[in-house]
Amino acid sequence: MIPAAFEYHRPADIPAALAILDEHGDDARVIAGGHSLIPMMKLRMADIEHLIDLQDISELQGITVSGAEVTIGAMTTQHDLINNADVARVAPIMHEAALQIADPQVRYMGTVGGNVANGDPGNDMPGLMQCLGATFHLVGSGGERAVAARDYYEAAYMTDREDDEILTKITFTAPEGGYAYEKQKRKIGDYATAACAAIVQMDGGTCTSASIAMTNLSDTPIFSEEAGEALVGTACDKAAIEAAVAAATGAIDPAEDNRGPVDFKMHVAATIIRRAIERAVSRA
Amino acid sequence: MNDMTPPSREERIESLKGMGSSRKRVEDARFTQGKGNYVDDIKMPGMLFGDFVRSPYAHARIKSIDSEAALAIPGVLAVLTAKDLEPLGLHWMPTLAGDKQMVLADGKVLFQGQEVAFVVATDRYAAADGCEAVVVDYEELPVVVDPFKALAEDAPVLREDLEGQTEGAHGPRRHHNHIFTWEAGEKEATEQVLDSAEVVAEEMVYYHRTHPCPLEPCGCVASMDKVNGKLTLYGTFQAPHAIRTVVSLISGIEEHNIRVVSPDIGGGFGNKVGAYPGYVCSVVASIVTGKPVKWIEDRMDNLMTTAFARDYWMKGKIAATKEGKITGLWCHTTADHGGFDACADPTKFPAGFMNICTGSYDIPTAYLAVDGVYTNKAPGGVAYRCSFRVTEAAYFIERMIEILAIELGMDAAELRRINFIKKEQFPYQSALGWEYDSGDYHTAWDKALKAVGYDDLRKEQAERVEAFNRGETRKLLGIGLTHFTEIVGAGPVKNCDILGLGMFDSCEIRIHPTGSAIARLGTISQGQGHATTFAQILASEIGLPADSITVEEGDTDTAPYGLGTYGSRSTPVAGAATAMAGRKIRAKAQMIAAYLLEVHDDDVEFDVDRFVVKGAPERFKTMKEIAFAAYNQAIPGIEPGLEAVSYYDPPNMTYPFGAYICVMEIDVDTGTHEIRQFYALDDCGTRINPMIIEGQVHGGLTEALAIAMGQEIAYDEMGNCKTGTLMDFFIPTAWETPNYTTDHTTTPSPHHPIGAKGVGESPNVGGVPAFSNAVHDAFRAFGLRQSHMPHDHWRIWKIANGLGLHG
Ligand SMILES: Cc1cc2nc3c(=O)[nH]c(=O)nc-3n(C[C@H](O)[C@H](O)[C@H](O)COP(=O)(O)OP(=O)(O)OC[C@H]3O[C@@H](n4cnc5c(N)ncnc54)[C@H](O)[C@@H]3O)c2cc1C
Repeated sequence: MIPAAFEYHRPADIPAALAILDEHGDDARVIAGGHSLIPMMKLRMADIEHLIDLQDISELQGITVSGAEVTIGAMTTQHDLINNADVARVAPIMHEAALQIADPQVRYMGTVGGNVANGDPGNDMPGLMQCLGATFHLVGSGGERAVAARDYYEAAYMTDREDDEILTKITFTAPEGGYAYEKQKRKIGDYATAACAAIVQMDGGTCTSASIAMTNLSDTPIFSEEAGEALVGTACDKAAIEAAVAAATGAIDPAEDNRGPVDFKMHVAATIIRRAIERAVSRA
Repeated sequence: MNDMTPPSREERIESLKGMGSSRKRVEDARFTQGKGNYVDDIKMPGMLFGDFVRSPYAHARIKSIDSEAALAIPGVLAVLTAKDLEPLGLHWMPTLAGDKQMVLADGKVLFQGQEVAFVVATDRYAAADGCEAVVVDYEELPVVVDPFKALAEDAPVLREDLEGQTEGAHGPRRHHNHIFTWEAGEKEATEQVLDSAEVVAEEMVYYHRTHPCPLEPCGCVASMDKVNGKLTLYGTFQAPHAIRTVVSLISGIEEHNIRVVSPDIGGGFGNKVGAYPGYVCSVVASIVTGKPVKWIEDRMDNLMTTAFARDYWMKGKIAATKEGKITGLWCHTTADHGGFDACADPTKFPAGFMNICTGSYDIPTAYLAVDGVYTNKAPGGVAYRCSFRVTEAAYFIERMIEILAIELGMDAAELRRINFIKKEQFPYQSALGWEYDSGDYHTAWDKALKAVGYDDLRKEQAERVEAFNRGETRKLLGIGLTHFTEIVGAGPVKNCDILGLGMFDSCEIRIHPTGSAIARLGTISQGQGHATTFAQILASEIGLPADSITVEEGDTDTAPYGLGTYGSRSTPVAGAATAMAGRKIRAKAQMIAAYLLEVHDDDVEFDVDRFVVKGAPERFKTMKEIAFAAYNQAIPGIEPGLEAVSYYDPPNMTYPFGAYICVMEIDVDTGTHEIRQFYALDDCGTRINPMIIEGQVHGGLTEALAIAMGQEIAYDEMGNCKTGTLMDFFIPTAWETPNYTTDHTTTPSPHHPIGAKGVGESPNVGGVPAFSNAVHDAFRAFGLRQSHMPHDHWRIWKIANGLGLHG
C-alpha cells in the first residue's frame, strides 16, 4: 500500500494551479481531501506524477448562505458542512446526507468538491446535488463556466469536467418542502447499497413539486424526472408513491458487487426510495 | 515493623488486589498513550526493508522471473527467489500441521497473493517500487476453489510436489488433492442408532471462511550479528519459544544463538501462531546482507495471505426419540485447507478438537470423520479466538439442535434442557473421547432463560408472526439460543504437542529482597492483560501486592520455555504454573517464617500476606519481612534467595461453558437487522479479574457478531479474493455493536490449582451460533431450516425471498 513516487505542488491561487495543470497535462491531477484519490494511488491503480494540492487556495474555501441562495466552496470539508448551522437550517437534507457519508475521520478530510468532482457512483453528494438541482462552477484555461449537476455525470469516473478544469464551487437554491436522504449500507464507513434523496413540496394536501435522485444504483447518479412527476398533483397516497417508486426503479441499472446481486439491489432500491418519499412527504 | 493500628483481614486481602479483584489493567496506561512497543516501532541502525512480489493468480506455473529492472531502482539491494533459497534448503518450510509450504514460489503458485519474490531495499518505498518492477511470466492453470470439486477424479493436481505420495502426515491420502481423513467415535454403532431412530434430522452446516484480522498485521525484524553469530528475531509471535526451536531446526543455527522476542502484540486471535514466509525471508536476507531486515504486512497482505480460519463443511445427522432424547450424532466434515495444510493444531489432532462436537449434551453414541482437502486458496485454518476448531464444533451442534427442534416441532430451549449432561454426571466421558471436568448446565440455562424473560419473548414472537401475516409489519423477531461447551487449555503432554513440542507451560518467580517480585512466563499477551491477571494469581498465592509484581513474557533469553498463547491456554496452563511456582515460594517462606518465629515449620500457617503462629495470630512475619530475611539473614539449612520455577503439564483440559441468548429484529425487505438484546452468561470456573472477563466477553462477542453477520474471506471462481480490504471485510464499528449484558455462574475446574478454566475465547465460540440461530429462528415459522453464514443483508434478504415473503 505504497504509492509510486510523485511531485507535490501547493499553489496559492487558482491561476497558479491552472498553470501547473497546463504544464503537465495528463500527468497532473488536483488533490482535495485525498480520501478517494490516495487509496487509488496506494493501490497503484492511479499513477500520478504531479499532485496539485488545493488546500492553500482561499477562493475554494467557505460556505455562504444568503436568503435561500447557498454557495459551497469546493474545498469545504464534509465535517464543516455538517457543522454549518445555516446549511442545516435552509437545507437540512444536506446535513442529513452528509452525516451518512463514511465516518467522522473521513469527513474531516473529504471535501464536497472532491466528492462531486470524483465521478464515483458510490459518492453520496452527486445524487443529492441532482435532487437539489445544484450548479457546478468550473474554471479552466478557457475561462469559467457553469454546469447543472444533472448534466455533469457521464459514466463512472467520467464527467463533463475537462482535465484542465478545476471545480470552484457549488451553488443551489434551498428547496422548500419535506426532504429525506435514505441510505442503506453494510456498516459505518461503507458506500451505499442503495440511497435516495427526495424533496417533496405539498400545498393543501396536493404535491406541487417533487425531486427524486439516487446513489450507487447505476454507473452515475440517477435523477428521475418521471418519479417526481408521478407525485406532482397527487396527494402522495400509496398508489402515487408506488408509481413514483416504479418510475425511479425503472431508471436504474445496478451492478452486482460484494453487497449483493442485481435482484436484491432492485428490491432494496425500491424499499429505500419508498421510505425516502414517505419520510419526505411526512415532513412536507 | 508491625503497624500501630493493624489493618483488618479484609483490608489486607483488598490491598493485595489478588484473585477476584477488578484491578485496572496495568498495560493500559501505556497502550492508551501510544507508548506501546510493537514490531513496527523497532528501528535498528542500518535496517533494511523487505516486501513481497505476490501472485495475481490463484493457480499458475511460473515460467520466469526477471529482476533486472527492479535491481536498477535506487535503494533496491536484492531480489530473492526460490532459486536463491534452494541451496540453503529454505525454499520450502515445514508447517505446524506436518505439511510443507513454499517460502517463495517454487515453479508454481497455489493461491492468489502467494509469495513469489522478496525484494530487499534500503527503505519501504524502494522495496515497494522494486516489487512492482519485478517481471514474472505466469502460465495460468485451472483453478479449484470448491473442496468438493477438488476431490473430483479429474480435478487439477494442485500439489505436484506430493505426486505419488499416498501416505500423508496423518495417514493415507486417497486423492491427489486429499490431505487426510481423521476419525473419532464409533462409525457402525452410530449408523445403527441412526437406522433405528424414531427421528433423524439431517443437514449440511457450513461455517464459512473468515480471518482473525488482528489490528496489527504480522511482521518481524531479523538481525543476524555476524560477529558473535547471534540471530535476534523480533516478531508478532503468539508462541516465541516454539518459533525459536523451529528456526533452529530449519536453519541449523544452535538454539542458544537465537533470541526470539515478541514485543507488544496488537491482537493475534490465532493469526500469529504459525510461521510465515516473511519470517524466513527476513532471516535469510539478514544473514546475506549482515543488516537487520524488517518485514511488515499491510492489511491486504494480512487478509489475503496469512492464516484464515474455519471453512468447514459439516454434514450432520442427529437421531432422537419422539420425546426429544438424543440417541446419536454423526458428522462428516469436508475441511478446505487451501494450498498448504498450515493449520495450527496439536499434532495428533489434524481437525483440532472438532470432536467436542457433542457439545453440552449427553449423547451416548457418536461418530465424526474429517477430510482435509487442498484448494487454490490461502493456507491457514487457525483457531480464530478459539481452541482448535471448537468454534466449528459448537456451531455445528448448536445448529443441529435447532434443526432437530424443528424436526420434532419442539421448543429449542426445552430440547436442550432434556439433553444436557447433568451436574452429577461430571467428570463426564463423551462419546468422542473427552473427559469433561465439571459443569452445571441446567442452573446456567435456567438463569439465562429467566433473565431474558424467555416465555414472554416467545409469546411476543408468535404475535409478531401473526401481525406480519396480517401485513401490519415487515419485521420479524428472532430468538437465538446457544449453550456451548468449550475445551481449552491444551494440553496434557501425553496427547498434546505441536511439531513434537509438548504443550506444557511455565512460570519463573523471583522475589526481590524488599518484597516485590518479577514473574516470567512462557506465554505472551496480545491484549489479554496477562501483566494484570497473572500478578493477581500470584498476589493471592504469595501474599505480596499485585502492584508489586512485574509480569514479563515474550523474550526467549529470559522467559522460561512455554508454548505460548492461543486456545485459551494461558490461564489453564501458565496460570496453573504460576500458582504452582507461587506455592513453592510459599513453602520456602514457611520454613523461613518458622525459623524467624522460633517455632516448628508445622506450627505456622499462611494467612493472606503473612505466616502466623497457629493459635497466636499476634505472632507473625509478613511476606515482605520473610523476603528480606531470605536474602539477608543466615538461616541454617536454607539457601539464600527466594525463587521458584514451575513447568506445568495439565492433567486434563478445562471445559468452560455458557448460555447466550440473542434477540434480533429482522427487516425482510432490506435484509438488515437490529440486535435488541444480547445476554451472555459465562462459567469459566474461578474468576480472576471480573472486569477483564467482561472486557474479553465484549470483544469476543463483537468478533462473533462480525463473523455471523457479514465477515468472510470470499473468492470468485478464478480464485480472486473478493474481500481483501476493510471496505469489504466486515469489522464492526461501535455503531454496529450492540449492548451486551454479561452474567456468570461459577463451577471451578476440579483439577486446576486455582479452579480457573479460561474465558477469552468463549464469547466467539458461543456468540456465533447465538447470532446465527437468531436469524434462523426469525424465519422458523415460515419454514427455514438452514441458511449459511455470513448473514449479511443480501443473504438474509435471500432467505426471505426464497420463503416467498416478498409477495
Ligand atoms: C473509508 C471511506 C469511506 C467512504 N465512504 C463514503 C461514503 O459513504 N459516501 C461518499 O460519498 N464518500 C465516501 N468516501 C469518499 C470520501 O467522501 C471522499 O473523501 C470524497 O469522495 C472525495 O473527496 P476528497 O476531498 O477526499 O477528494 P480527493 O480524493 O482529493 O479527490 C477525488 C477526485 O476528485 C478530483 N478533485 C477533487 N477536488 C477537485 C476540484 N476542486 N476540482 C476538480 N477535481 C477535483 C481529484 O482530482 C480526484 O480525481 C469514503 C472514503 C473512505 C476512505
